[in-house]
Amino acid sequence: MKILVPIKRVVDYNVKVRPLGDQSDVDLNNVKMAMNPFCEIAVEEAVRLKEAGTATEVVAVTVGKSDSQEQLRTALALGADRAILAETDSLLEPLAIAKVLSKIIEEESPQLVILGKQAIDGDNNQTGQMLAAMLNYSQATFASEVKIDGDSASVTREIDGGLQTIKVSLPAIITTDLRLNEPRYASLPNIMKAKKKELDVKSIGEMGVDINNRMELLSVELPASRQEGIKVESVEDLVSKLKEEAKVIS
Amino acid sequence: MSILVIAEHDNANLKPATLNTVAAAKELNGEVHLLISGNSCQSVADEASGVEGISKILISDNAAYENHLAESTANLIKSVASNYSHILAAATTFGKNVLPRLSALLDVQQISEITEIVSEDTFKRPIYAGSCIATVKSNDSIKVITVRATAFDPVNSSGGSASIENIDADNISDLTSFVGEEIAQSDRPELTAASIVISGGRGMQSGDNFHLLEAIADKLGAAVGASRAAVDAGFVPNDYQVGQTGKIVAPDLYIAVGISGAIQHLAGMKDSKVIVAINKDEDAPIFQVADYGLVADLFNALPELSEQL
Ligand SMILES: Cc1cc2nc3c(=O)[nH]c(=O)nc-3n(C[C@H](O)[C@H](O)[C@H](O)COP(=O)(O)OP(=O)(O)OC[C@H]3O[C@@H](n4cnc5c(N)ncnc54)[C@H](O)[C@@H]3O)c2cc1C
Ligand SMILES: Nc1ncnc2c1ncn2[C@@H]1O[C@H](COP(=O)(O)O)[C@@H](O)[C@H]1O
Repeated sequence: MKILVPIKRVVDYNVKVRPLGDQSDVDLNNVKMAMNPFCEIAVEEAVRLKEAGTATEVVAVTVGKSDSQEQLRTALALGADRAILAETDSLLEPLAIAKVLSKIIEEESPQLVILGKQAIDGDNNQTGQMLAAMLNYSQATFASEVKIDGDSASVTREIDGGLQTIKVSLPAIITTDLRLNEPRYASLPNIMKAKKKELDVKSIGEMGVDINNRMELLSVELPASRQEGIKVESVEDLVSKLKEEAKVIS
Repeated sequence: MSILVIAEHDNANLKPATLNTVAAAKELNGEVHLLISGNSCQSVADEASGVEGISKILISDNAAYENHLAESTANLIKSVASNYSHILAAATTFGKNVLPRLSALLDVQQISEITEIVSEDTFKRPIYAGSCIATVKSNDSIKVITVRATAFDPVNSSGGSASIENIDADNISDLTSFVGEEIAQSDRPELTAASIVISGGRGMQSGDNFHLLEAIADKLGAAVGASRAAVDAGFVPNDYQVGQTGKIVAPDLYIAVGISGAIQHLAGMKDSKVIVAINKDEDAPIFQVADYGLVADLFNALPELSEQL
């Protein structure tokens, strides 16, 4: 079984992102970039399925600028066998990204595609579901457990009320939640080995997909800030403030 | 111009977030319709027909819709989509699962988790875990939108008189089947609907210690939440998680106990009206958003607080 893992290069999760001075966009000058944390979980799951003998090949794919090769190399160091960059200098929306990915999936015909549930830059939480619709594949979002069983997979999903288990027929799209696994760190020898693995660069222009954006970003601003609070001295003080000042308990 | 809201329900009752989503739909100045798909769910339609602001209910009652699986639900919504300028659902795990699938079927770019409606095509939404707010304009002919429930006050659940119309199931998919569900049962209010929430973090040290929070929750009629660290450590189930990738809450009072205040946690609670933080580290970032901070060991503070309430 071949597994395809779409990954995204995003701002590192520890960075506090701010708007540009003219509020036209976020300020990404000189900020640390990394693989989206949910994509790390997706790579890990695919690599574990390979280690378990269930999968035969893991292909990491990204749609983005040339510098996204850095994150593809990380995926290769974590255990992916080869990588594909669908290169573009434009910032694409999830719909367009899903269209590019579906083209690649048609060529690669994997049995399983594992994505992150959400990229922590735009917090869109869309690409996997869109891809499933475009390919008419089954979808299992927000996975916390995946079991492959012949030509189907049993997936436990984190939903608002608790956990749900569904059976999806393969080929399927799975998106990862935080508790699916704990990703490993790449070892130095594996980082060295990854440099020699195959990384294919394709130009999006040649794919014949409509990548036009449907949305315009009008502005980016800081959220309303909270008024500075106070420190209370004791539990008694806290209770009286909540009763008399804030009036949120009686 | 008509607006379609996708109802969320358990085949018996409407989920509260639907009322917030209808409130957002009303701001768009059109007739609001509600789509209910489910199995033996007539009672949901009866309940919804009383909800303020809805003029028509479309109900598709079919065994295939029992568990609200994305494939069939998205196909059904698509079958009526051309009648609408906007299609909205709450940004819950249900809405997040179904609506992007629908938008790809319609070839439109979804607008995720809006917090404000600027005009019929322009919306505000948080990005980067709420560090920034983006204003975006959609140029698609049908706008597919998920709504952050806490950003819109719910409409009244009574006073309306919507008509009810049955619609046929459409293009039922057998790609996915339902196996089972473990839904947490609790007498406490639902996290996203509670007016008081008390959450514990890694500082709680164990799941057993959550009884310290539960004792207080019971006195205040509060819901209990948690940070990701507390969920990952297995102290409490996943549905307790508040944050960027968990639940978004905005109660009148949020009490964070033994939580450091990582940006991903703040993303889920910083719109609460009053925030209290109890933490033994006076430099914990949670104090920067807290209206009332108490620097104390939670194992002393919680029993004392419980006693004084
Ligand atoms: C992609 C991604 C998504 C994430 N999504 C979420 C999310 O949705 N929600 C979320 O919460 N996190 C999320 N996180 C994790 C987040 O970054 C933090 O790691 C997490 O919130 C920390 O949880 P905590 O505050 O409980 O633990 P810690 O940061 O370890 O803080 C524990 C706190 O308890 C205090 N403490 C310890 N003992 C006591 C005591 N006896 N009395 C009083 N205080 C005490 C300590 O001083 C400390 O401040 C996400 C991270 C990533 C990378
Ligand atoms: N540019 C991209 N290239 C490859 N995969 C992507 C890209 N953008 C998003 N994805 C995948 O889709 C998931 C969800 O992203 P999003 O829908 O943007 O929240 C990510 O975790 C990735 O697995």
